[in-house]
Amino acid sequence: MNRHLLSIHDLSAQDVVRIVDTAESFREVGSRVIKKVPALRGRTVVNLFYENSTRTRISFELAAKRLSADVINFTTSGSSVSKGESLKDTALTLQAMGADAIVIRHSSSGAPLTLTRWVNGSVLNAGDGTHEHPTQALLDLYTMRDRLGRLEGLRVAIVGDVLHSRVARSLSFALTKMGAETTLVGPPTLIPPDAPAWGVQVSHDLDSVLPKLDVCYVLRVQTERQRQQYFPSVREYARLFGLTRDRVELLPEGALVMHPGPMNRGVEIDSDVADLPRSVIEEQVTNGIAIRMSLLYLLLGGSGPPAGADA
Amino acid sequence: MSGARLMDDADIRRALIRIAHEILERNRGASGVALVGIAARGDDLARRLAVEIERIEGSAVPVGALDITFYRDDIGIRSEAPEVHETRIGFDITGRTVVLVDDVLFTGRTIRAALDALVDFGRPTAIQLAVLVDRGHRELPIRADFVGKNVPTRKDEDVRVCLTETDGQDAVLVQEPAGSRTGSGA
Repeated sequence: MNRHLLSIHDLSAQDVVRIVDTAESFREVGSRVIKKVPALRGRTVVNLFYENSTRTRISFELAAKRLSADVINFTTSGSSVSKGESLKDTALTLQAMGADAIVIRHSSSGAPLTLTRWVNGSVLNAGDGTHEHPTQALLDLYTMRDRLGRLEGLRVAIVGDVLHSRVARSLSFALTKMGAETTLVGPPTLIPPDAPAWGVQVSHDLDSVLPKLDVCYVLRVQTERQRQQYFPSVREYARLFGLTRDRVELLPEGALVMHPGPMNRGVEIDSDVADLPRSVIEEQVTNGIAIRMSLLYLLLGGSGPPAGADA
Repeated sequence: MSGARLMDDADIRRALIRIAHEILERNRGASGVALVGIAARGDDLARRLAVEIERIEGSAVPVGALDITFYRDDIGIRSEAPEVHETRIGFDITGRTVVLVDDVLFTGRTIRAALDALVDFGRPTAIQLAVLVDRGHRELPIRADFVGKNVPTRKDEDVRVCLTETDGQDAVLVQEPAGSRTGSGA
């Protein structure tokens, strides 16, 4: 595997299987009374978050702590970044402090890649601009495989604001890599023009797609990234593309409803749909810790010199 | 798979039957005893021992599988993160006598890791160690309570236990050092 995880394209299908398999062992660790193993004792993981985040940051923090690594949380407010420090100087500072891994979230696409030029440790992309969010895609694949038993041939719709969604990009790439069939659903204004090149299908009619799905993946409407008006009103969006109680009935039995969080209940998903047994949104969160443990373990656990000695 | 054959299927069967008797003798029966095999292959051996113990004693003992990967002392020294296996301990080990089961006892580092892993699950009354092969070359002060066969080896040789469950046959093989060694008991 690569030293960094910047994009789903850094991984082979074989890597994805290994990450998910390893995550299963870490989920077992999470079910113990003592949810901690000494695998990364003495390593330092820095959470470098230039954008607000609750679940991803806490998830990475918990993952690193359960591996016995030391964790430093570095958020822009209350740090020297608010005094105008550049990404490069922050990176060099963290490098000088001996960070073994840097988990970065940044509003600029490509910031994690730039960071790799300045630091020796592993860089994990926790979401960069509208580019990618690979750990989210991996935890989603894990949740699908865990619930449905396979990835190949799964029919998945990713519904909503695909244009601004790094989750949708990473997940589409990952699903295509694993042989699933992906359909992007949303208003034409929110489907990226290059979407057909991702190896996915595009539809603007949610009702016609729902009956053929194994997974309906609902995206958050990201008003904070929308620089212009992409749809007439939130009410109209909810009526056409919101996963309502009536609409969820169109899904085949056993099909899952997923959402990366945080949810806008009543906009892209009805409140009572989010709480149905087929909604696995909380499982996604639990599995997220296991996936991030798996990634930290695989990236840092094999960071010794090549061709090491056997036990 | 080539190499000199140290034990064949009949040898392994007889060794396990003897170890099962020794476990029962030492612990005066099966009550309070649990078997925990170290993945991979130790867990298969633990299941076989449990079958023998039940046949001899008429009562079943709980069996678990323990993966020690996250407790290894060489994580980050290797170029590739060690492969992870399943841990499955579906009973409370507190207050029991846990017999750890492994295929090959070599440096003792695996057992050191297993002891650390096990105490994260509870506080056993006692921990004992059963191995199919003891090949010497200890690097830590660890010894086995129950041994199938003591085998003097050179340190660079590769002792490999094959079991029907994972390898399609029962055998213990010793191989000359090769260019690429993919795994041996530690």
